[in-house]
Amino acid sequence: MNEHKPLTGRARPDRSPHTLEEWRKLGGYAAVERGLKALSPEQVLDMVDDANLNGRGGAGFPAAKKWRFMPKPGQSPGDGPSYFIVNGDEMEPGAFKDRILLEAVPHQLIEGAILAAYATHSSEIIVLIRDAYRDAIANVTRAIAEAEAAGYLGRNVLGSGFDVKMWVHPSAGRYIVGEETALIEALEGKRAVPRKRPPFPAQSGLWGRPTTVNNVETVSCVSHIVANGAQWFRALSRTEEGGTKVFGVSGRVNRPGIIEAPMGTPAGELIEQAGGVSGTGVLRCFQPGGGASGFLEPDALDVPLDFGNVAKAGSMFGTGTMIVLDQSACPLAVIARHMAFYARESCGWCTPCRDGLPWVAQIMMRLERGEGRMEDLDVLRETVAIAGPRGRTFCDLMGGAMAPLGSGLARFGDLFEAHVREGCCPIAREYGRSAA
Amino acid sequence: MTLSADLRSEITHAMDHHGGPRAAMLESLRMIQQAHGWVCDAHLEEAAALLGVTTAEMEDIATFYSLIFRQPVGERLILLCDGASCYLNGGEDVRDAVMARLGIGFGQTTPDGKYTLINICCVGGCDHAPAAVIGRDRKLVGPLTPETIDEILGEAAL
Repeated sequence: MNEHKPLTGRARPDRSPHTLEEWRKLGGYAAVERGLKALSPEQVLDMVDDANLNGRGGAGFPAAKKWRFMPKPGQSPGDGPSYFIVNGDEMEPGAFKDRILLEAVPHQLIEGAILAAYATHSSEIIVLIRDAYRDAIANVTRAIAEAEAAGYLGRNVLGSGFDVKMWVHPSAGRYIVGEETALIEALEGKRAVPRKRPPFPAQSGLWGRPTTVNNVETVSCVSHIVANGAQWFRALSRTEEGGTKVFGVSGRVNRPGIIEAPMGTPAGELIEQAGGVSGTGVLRCFQPGGGASGFLEPDALDVPLDFGNVAKAGSMFGTGTMIVLDQSACPLAVIARHMAFYARESCGWCTPCRDGLPWVAQIMMRLERGEGRMEDLDVLRETVAIAGPRGRTFCDLMGGAMAPLGSGLARFGDLFEAHVREGCCPIAREYGRSAA
Repeated sequence: MTLSADLRSEITHAMDHHGGPRAAMLESLRMIQQAHGWVCDAHLEEAAALLGVTTAEMEDIATFYSLIFRQPVGERLILLCDGASCYLNGGEDVRDAVMARLGIGFGQTTPDGKYTLINICCVGGCDHAPAAVIGRDRKLVGPLTPETIDEILGEAAL
């Protein structure tokens, strides 16, 4: 195993998955053996806690803290199972990190899921995967069958007394399915409309039972923590937050791709590893964590990329998959496309989101065409103020959408005004439409 | 048209093993679509009856999830990514070229029934931008250029 790239080091370049036998030769399932035979669920949970593993799906919530909300045996209300759900509904603009973990190293995910289910006293594991990831669906399904045949899933796993079954639920479109309570609704066979909280899923989740939902990358870290220890995991990082991170760099860079690097690696280093800025070769700005993260500028290239430090710098680490804009790329045009995306993907339940986002998207498109009015900017600012993070909606789709818009207005206010004043995109005029 | 015996038994299996009739609705729709390319009224009604849910409940699900098709799609399905990373790498030039070549817009099928073009959110192919997923296997293709779309269209077998 590549010591410095525990999550992707064993992935093959063509992303063909390992058979269970091949995976075992690479050290696979040793952590499951150790965890289930030598450690109690609480000990596994404590290790993950000590490792300081933050959720990799976007919010950065500490995994162990989420797990501790799950009831212990005997404390569970009523009869029935508890559920552990792996969220593989990756659809955030600019995010392509879970795809490789699902396609190329499915046994790593299964190992992590078994240990996580053990620690959370869950007896059923469901992996929800988006429709477009057909190879991922096939590879994870096959790996589950192999793990079942080898006795890592099923009744009395490895003689530990722990029963767990696992299956894949392929989804069928809609970004909102990735929101954890919407995902639970989807699994129940309903329209994926987020639930009001409380109650939180750990109290009342899938079919009213205690449920934990974690991102693919978060779950993929767990076997490494159990195999190598919490201290080892923390030492992988350059900051307080544990582990490596499967970063992504895309947009205007020469070699867009996935880069597993220590948590806390600054954007400047990642962009360099991605072959540097393309287009004009000069960076204008970047979104550090996918579509719903605020813009940062070249002065933030040295900020260690983790949840705490990026928040301090005024953005959000999110999925850790950055979108890079060079000097010839117009942030307004990128925001306009993000707004069109979030407007389309709103589930339509809450009025500010359902009606507000299409309005914002139309204004952005109008501004981009050079047909905007100065009053439009007031409407945009007002919408950001009303519907920003933790706004007046069940979930944070709209709040997230307001992050690039709000930071765009704050950082590039002059550029917004120039679009109105000059009746065109000044960047497109200088560099050409296609470039911008 | 009625559902094949195989499909009926797969739907029953999903219901028995994956959380009951309601939870199996989306999976049933997916299986019907995989076999027939889309979900017609007769199939939807038959699957609903098999699961013991109402047609309206089934339709509720079928119309929410964007990749369940309630009208026929072409032999070759093209799901073109409209995410930001694709945009930044010329995705809209590719979009315009595909639309001009096929003479259709998003959500439309060519009159000869060969191609259906749909825009889709980020397909997780930002390292191949501009990217698309094509055909029944959702094969990831890219980086696309207006010059190379013909090979892609040729490969977009359902």
